[in-house]
Amino acid sequence: MTRQQVLDLYFMDARSKLIDLAAFMDRVERASGEEDFRMKAFREALAQLEPARPDKAKQVLLAFSDPTTDPIAAATTKAACGAWPGSK
Amino acid sequence: MKYIEPHAHMVSRVTDDYLKLTMAGCQAVCEPAFWAGFDRSSVAGFYDYFCQLTEHEPKRAAKFGLPHFCWLCINPKESEDLKLAEEVIEIIPKFLDRPNVLGIGEIGLNKNSRNELKVLELHVDLAARHDQLILVHTPHLEDKLKGTRLIRDVLKNDKRIRPERVIIDHVEEHTIELVLDAGMWAGMTLYPESKCTPARAIDMVERYGPERLWMNSACDWGISDPLAVPKTALEMKKRGHAPEPIEKLVFQNPAGFLRQCAKFRLS
Repeated sequence: MTRQQVLDLYFMDARSKLIDLAAFMDRVERASGEEDFRMKAFREALAQLEPARPDKAKQVLLAFSDPTTDPIAAATTKAACGAWPGSK
Repeated sequence: MKYIEPHAHMVSRVTDDYLKLTMAGCQAVCEPAFWAGFDRSSVAGFYDYFCQLTEHEPKRAAKFGLPHFCWLCINPKESEDLKLAEEVIEIIPKFLDRPNVLGIGEIGLNKNSRNELKVLELHVDLAARHDQLILVHTPHLEDKLKGTRLIRDVLKNDKRIRPERVIIDHVEEHTIELVLDAGMWAGMTLYPESKCTPARAIDMVERYGPERLWMNSACDWGISDPLAVPKTALEMKKRGHAPEPIEKLVFQNPAGFLRQCAKFRLS
């Protein structure tokens, strides 16, 4: 596909998601209380969008990921929360 | 359009979904054993579940002319209870000769704990001893990268396992190379809210090529779409992909992997 064709197919969808993202950040920032590790990871992930590199999606995913290599002692929950608490 | 749904949890779907799959061109549906949304209390619960997968569900699919296959295991979400996991693994061989059983799956990790890893190793040993195909679930979200590395290492360290007989599912942009570089197959799961969107899945196909890749809906009791595979095929068409490479991805590739089990036949 040409760059024009990609824009024709995906620009409106990406625009909509970007506005949702901005509104989410506004919502968090006008709420009371402290942020937690998830928002810190979120901001680190956002920073991955700026550099001119061809693997931004991968870098965003890595920003949210647990980088450690040893198994944890025991699973105390079944759910994942979307960001590694260790980056707190 | 002809396609295969290689990963769907049909026990938690309504019968209407079988109609939709069939009308969309599905030629076979494959159902890995998974977590029911709650922990089963005993090995008897798993025995009944394996009977459901090997006896009842194929009959439900057959009403629509759809071949139904399955994979057996105790899901990683229930692997923290090591004693229960060992009891469940002990009964699995009783079911392996049933005509719709393709292999051991979806095994893997959830929170990357020591007990989960131990149960993964037990499953891999079971598959090796019985010469079974392996389908692997990788953890969610922040746990996926670490879990995929641990899983890859377990599989690579067991020299009885041939990588071309393993599919590691739910890959995303940060894990797909780990899997493909290890010589294994990679599954892309198309979910509305997590894992992979159709657009991102096609991006990965375009970036890494179609070899050893498949796509699945992994539809279950959560927010998921049983028609995600044909919808993604349609999106490939919108991007200008020709019919042949689309069919390779959604039909030939899963058929090629699954035919490594002699029981996988299409009507």
